[in-house]
Amino acid sequence: MTLETKVARLEKAEAQRHSRSFWRDAVGFIRRDRLTVFAIGVLLLLTLVCSLSPIVLERVFALEVNKINVPDKFKLPGEGGFVLGADQLGRDQLLRLIYGGRVSLTIAYLASVMTVTIGVALGLLAGYYGKAVDDLISWGVNTLSAIPPLFLLLIAAAVWEPSTEVLVFMLAALGWVGTSRLVRGEVLSLKERDYVLAARASGASDWRILVIHILPNVFPIVMVTMTIIAGNLILTESGLSYLGMGIQPPTPTWGNMLTDSRSYLVTGVHLIVMPGILIMITVLCFYLVGDGLRDALDPRRYQQ
Amino acid sequence: MIKYFVRRLLQAIPTFFGVTILSFLIILAAPGDPVAMIAFSPNPSPEAIEAQRRELGLDQPPLLQYVYWLAGNDWTTIDIDGDGVGERNGNRLGLLRLDLGVSIKQRRPVTDLIVQRIPATLRLGVAALIIGYAIGVSLGVLAAVFHRTWVDQLIRVLSVIGNAVPAFWLGLLLIIIFGVQLDLLPISGMRNITQRGPQSVGDALRYMIMPVSVLSLNTIAFISRFTRTQVLEVLQQDYIRSAYAKGLPTQTVWFRHALRNSLLPVATFFGPAIGTLLAGAVIIEQVFQWPGMGKLIIDAVYSRDYPLVMGSVVVASVMFILGVLLSDILYVMLDPRIRLE
Repeated sequence: MTLETKVARLEKAEAQRHSRSFWRDAVGFIRRDRLTVFAIGVLLLLTLVCSLSPIVLERVFALEVNKINVPDKFKLPGEGGFVLGADQLGRDQLLRLIYGGRVSLTIAYLASVMTVTIGVALGLLAGYYGKAVDDLISWGVNTLSAIPPLFLLLIAAAVWEPSTEVLVFMLAALGWVGTSRLVRGEVLSLKERDYVLAARASGASDWRILVIHILPNVFPIVMVTMTIIAGNLILTESGLSYLGMGIQPPTPTWGNMLTDSRSYLVTGVHLIVMPGILIMITVLCFYLVGDGLRDALDPRRYQQ
Repeated sequence: MIKYFVRRLLQAIPTFFGVTILSFLIILAAPGDPVAMIAFSPNPSPEAIEAQRRELGLDQPPLLQYVYWLAGNDWTTIDIDGDGVGERNGNRLGLLRLDLGVSIKQRRPVTDLIVQRIPATLRLGVAALIIGYAIGVSLGVLAAVFHRTWVDQLIRVLSVIGNAVPAFWLGLLLIIIFGVQLDLLPISGMRNITQRGPQSVGDALRYMIMPVSVLSLNTIAFISRFTRTQVLEVLQQDYIRSAYAKGLPTQTVWFRHALRNSLLPVATFFGPAIGTLLAGAVIIEQVFQWPGMGKLIIDAVYSRDYPLVMGSVVVASVMFILGVLLSDILYVMLDPRIRLE
């Protein structure tokens, strides 16, 4: 064996050990965290059911989610073949919950990724460049966080009556503040580290330092935030839709299924209970996964 | 100390202008002509619409419109008939002089409409804040005392669930249970309108129970977690060990040393809670048809009453900014460790 292959083999072994040290360890930690695994399982299940079953239901059973049949209205669960009852227009609630989940979850996933992308980008810039860049971005952060949450969103949504795509964009455009603040703080301390100094001394550009050396180090904390944000987005979207400002009917979402619920407090209790339970379970799971990730990705865990 | 106050106050100024710019921009970018929403007659002539636009200053460039909104137009004249010569002096004072314009829908000064609604929202908000703090702090201390036991776990689970429940949905459930099925509590409004004269305390409380419980839920969840962290952190401090070491009974250590130090940051951290309460009020006031600012803003948004919308955003934000400011200042004033720095 030549010296070169030996060195190569050693380097490979070193690289493997390195990759095991953080991410693989984190995965191992989560695996032993039964509550988090359970929450991930529930989320996966909900996502799969909501994203796949509409196709099956349409193609195989030829069901139509918005089929109105007024005589069936307010059928109770189990009555007349409606597993979870029928709504005020005689539409199948189970179907609408599945379709609504598809919309609500899509919004949560897309908007959380987009929120975090904006937040990370601006946080990196503000933290790394400081001075005028930081002042400008911090001004935006302070301004957006001085307006009570939901106010702007409500107005923007009412004014533009957004489609799903536009709503996702709005949620992100108004929701990046927390992430940006968090990332900025991290970057402020990371950019003083020796390895950044070393990179700079060896001639790395600002861009390279940001992307290769700083970004990977804020990634763990960003993942935690993204999960929590996804949960918050489900709540925000449902609140917005409840007020009639989110996704417009007949497209169902878990929130807008509750919009007119005040008018059937007596006859349609089952129509009020179910969407709320689904919202609560989903949000709860996102929060639990976020908590689990935080524990798994916390370097201080090794000290214990 | 005074330097800190002045600095914090100065920092709030760009934020305030940011808020006004943002709310102005959103409304400016809104599709549709605000004048079209004002129905003077069923078929207004184009000339009448143009005159109306000029009277409202909508024919001016955006920057000037913003200046009018902010600082008023009483220093200039309005050219209503479009001949290039101003006929009438402007009569708006601008929001810096507390004139938020006139509501399109209700034809009344926005400032009056908002001021009228603030007491109702405050009644909900203050009650929710007090209850949220009382229950939140108790639960947090309890969780810290029974750290790593089932009590701690239970409180943690409750606070996570408390955060995950959609508040409006919980409100609806309460209405179904206590309002409809048990018929114990009123399901909407803030007073019994069949009774004349000043409202009795009992009546007020009956109407408040459900909205306040729902609104305080988030605060309870948040404050209990915050309190728990604070207490646990203080218990790690050297002075607690010293207190035990010099033979003080556990109770004294807890009440004189631990709780005092850990609850101070909690007590002064109501700034962010105000934002949550204001946002919560928007939805909760709608659920319970509570005639406060939240309901006002929703109604304004529904009817595209832009001056009212902008005014409500600015007022709510100013309340929020002042709340955060007050909470920061109180913290610095009350904590001698920071005050002396």
